[in-house]
Amino acid sequence: MSTGTKQVEALLKKGYEAGFYTEVESDTAPPGLNEDIIRLISRKKNEPEWMLEWRLQSFRHWSTMTEPRWASVHHPPIDYQAISYYSAPRTRKDGPKSLDEVDPKLLETYEKLGIPLREREILAGVAVDAVFDSVSVATTFKDKLAEAGVIFCSFSEAVEKHPGLVRQYLGSVVPQGDNFYAALNSAVFTDGSFCYVPKGVRCPMELSTYFRINAAKTGQFERTLIIADEGSSVSYLEGCTAPMRDENQLHAAVVELIALKDAHIKYSTVQNWYPGDAEGRGGIYNFVTKRGECRGANAHISWTQVETGSAITWKYPSCVLTGDNSVGEFYSVALTNNRQQADTGTKMIHIGRNTRSTIISKGIAAGRGQNAYRGLVKVAKSAENARNYTQCDSLLIGDRCGAHTFPYIEVKNPTASVEHEATTSKISDDQLFYCRSRGIGEEDAVNMIVNGFCRAVFKELPMEFAVEAQKLLGVSLEGAIG
Amino acid sequence: MAYCGRDLLALPPEARAREGVFLAFQYPVEIPGVNNVYLMKASLNAIRKHRGEPELDAVEFLKLVKERVRLVQMDDSFLGRAVNEGFSGGEKKRNEIFQMAVLEPRLAILDETDSGLDIDALKIVASGVNHLRGPDRAIVLITHYQRLLDYIVPDVVHVLSGGRIVRSGDRELARTLEQRGYDWLKEVAAA
Repeated sequence: MSTGTKQVEALLKKGYEAGFYTEVESDTAPPGLNEDIIRLISRKKNEPEWMLEWRLQSFRHWSTMTEPRWASVHHPPIDYQAISYYSAPRTRKDGPKSLDEVDPKLLETYEKLGIPLREREILAGVAVDAVFDSVSVATTFKDKLAEAGVIFCSFSEAVEKHPGLVRQYLGSVVPQGDNFYAALNSAVFTDGSFCYVPKGVRCPMELSTYFRINAAKTGQFERTLIIADEGSSVSYLEGCTAPMRDENQLHAAVVELIALKDAHIKYSTVQNWYPGDAEGRGGIYNFVTKRGECRGANAHISWTQVETGSAITWKYPSCVLTGDNSVGEFYSVALTNNRQQADTGTKMIHIGRNTRSTIISKGIAAGRGQNAYRGLVKVAKSAENARNYTQCDSLLIGDRCGAHTFPYIEVKNPTASVEHEATTSKISDDQLFYCRSRGIGEEDAVNMIVNGFCRAVFKELPMEFAVEAQKLLGVSLEGAIG
Repeated sequence: MAYCGRDLLALPPEARAREGVFLAFQYPVEIPGVNNVYLMKASLNAIRKHRGEPELDAVEFLKLVKERVRLVQMDDSFLGRAVNEGFSGGEKKRNEIFQMAVLEPRLAILDETDSGLDIDALKIVASGVNHLRGPDRAIVLITHYQRLLDYIVPDVVHVLSGGRIVRSGDRELARTLEQRGYDWLKEVAAA
């Protein structure tokens, strides 16, 4: 190679580097969705051909679909061509330089949640060394996990390093064309989490997306895939405790869980996306598909969710109980205040023999909030001795909100036992007066009563999450009375 | 209505409680899922905070409630139950007296604390109240019957009718009332 060529190469390389750098800082695809955009996303992420093909298939399917209209929520039509589907990770330069530049309202919320100052900086995306601290923390976790043989990484990394596992399981619980939003996600998802727990391994720590919160800012289309191999167990926490300042924005994630024989997956969510203001302006449209399959005998999947954020929540974490003796659980607290709307619940699909499911749903509506529970319990012909217990309670605060319950039960096996209990109550003046005449202020009293109402669900949350969830309810209920 | 130099009716309920007023309810409400002892802790600390005293920590607090719950002859499992949820009528009333014992009010108003109690529960409630009598505490006991007053001997008896005190006396007044009925007072008033 001549010197001249080397110099040219060096120049080219340098030019490329610089180009790349600029790209990272301000790389956002033009609004709109078409096959070219999907090719762009796939190329940016250096994906293999099969991944691109999978995306394109999903997109073609999506193009033939229409939005679901059955949910009890109302919003203006979403212009899917007005959304930008690729935005490179925000660099630290994009973020606020210090807490002084962060919306004071946001800081106030953090303070109320009792989040330490340093963590507040991380949550707000402030460019400080703490961000790097958090990265190194993540690395420490990774070492410990690797020792146990657990794979826990970003979805992109999994596509690159564990393509076999991804190809085997991706879309196996939530097929590409499952529903409108899942199809959209399958076409355009940008990143997410991947976890594989090998046979017989009890994951040595609670896996959490907490340290990824900053990165999560980039994409509103996450994809999560968790596989618990035979006899393994894992507890996964998904915390979006950082209220986002984004305006009406679509968040369409897909989560797939696969529990093989004797495996146990516990998935806990505390969702607090930006709910919009008191008049209902702004806020996240949280249209999420979450489903797990107990694919082997004695498998166990448990969903616990605390949904306090988002302008609209459309979400039904479900269990497909394929394996004999497998167990599905759904514990949910959904709170709607101001103009928030939630249509949430679960589906329990009993296929294997002696399968059991439990549904505990607590809906709280305040302000002008609308809160719907929608749940399906389906017992297939093959599901001998299937059992379900459903308890569905609604609590109303004030007289301008609404609670709705839509239970669907389909039983095709006569040996099945399905129980459904539902209550709707209001926080009574008597309860409030009782607490107040013990010296407890009105807002604290409401918090106390609501937390008591949610207790059956909170006790399913990991300890530190339960504390956070209680505080979060308090913050979300502010101004709900008086 | 003046209380310690302040207009009691002008205060919201929580402020009255923080000023040392305790109301034992005739029909205590159930608050599902809210731990009895948790309510008491929030309550006591709200009152202490108002007085400028430090909040009790969990250990000190537990010691206090375990001691006070004996006054109404309940075991510790009483503390862990949700406020009045699934309590019998007698347990609800005993819970009110237990709360009073924890909060140590300056003025306690016991609203028909004897209603719906069997004789054993009545004795327990009465003994709890008697324990809490003292020179720094005024107790206003509202009742329709002499029965409770056999166990809690009042210093002063007032007869309330149509929102006014129509007669005052000592314990003998209550006994006379029991014998002659409230109509007797009306006749006296009319005469």
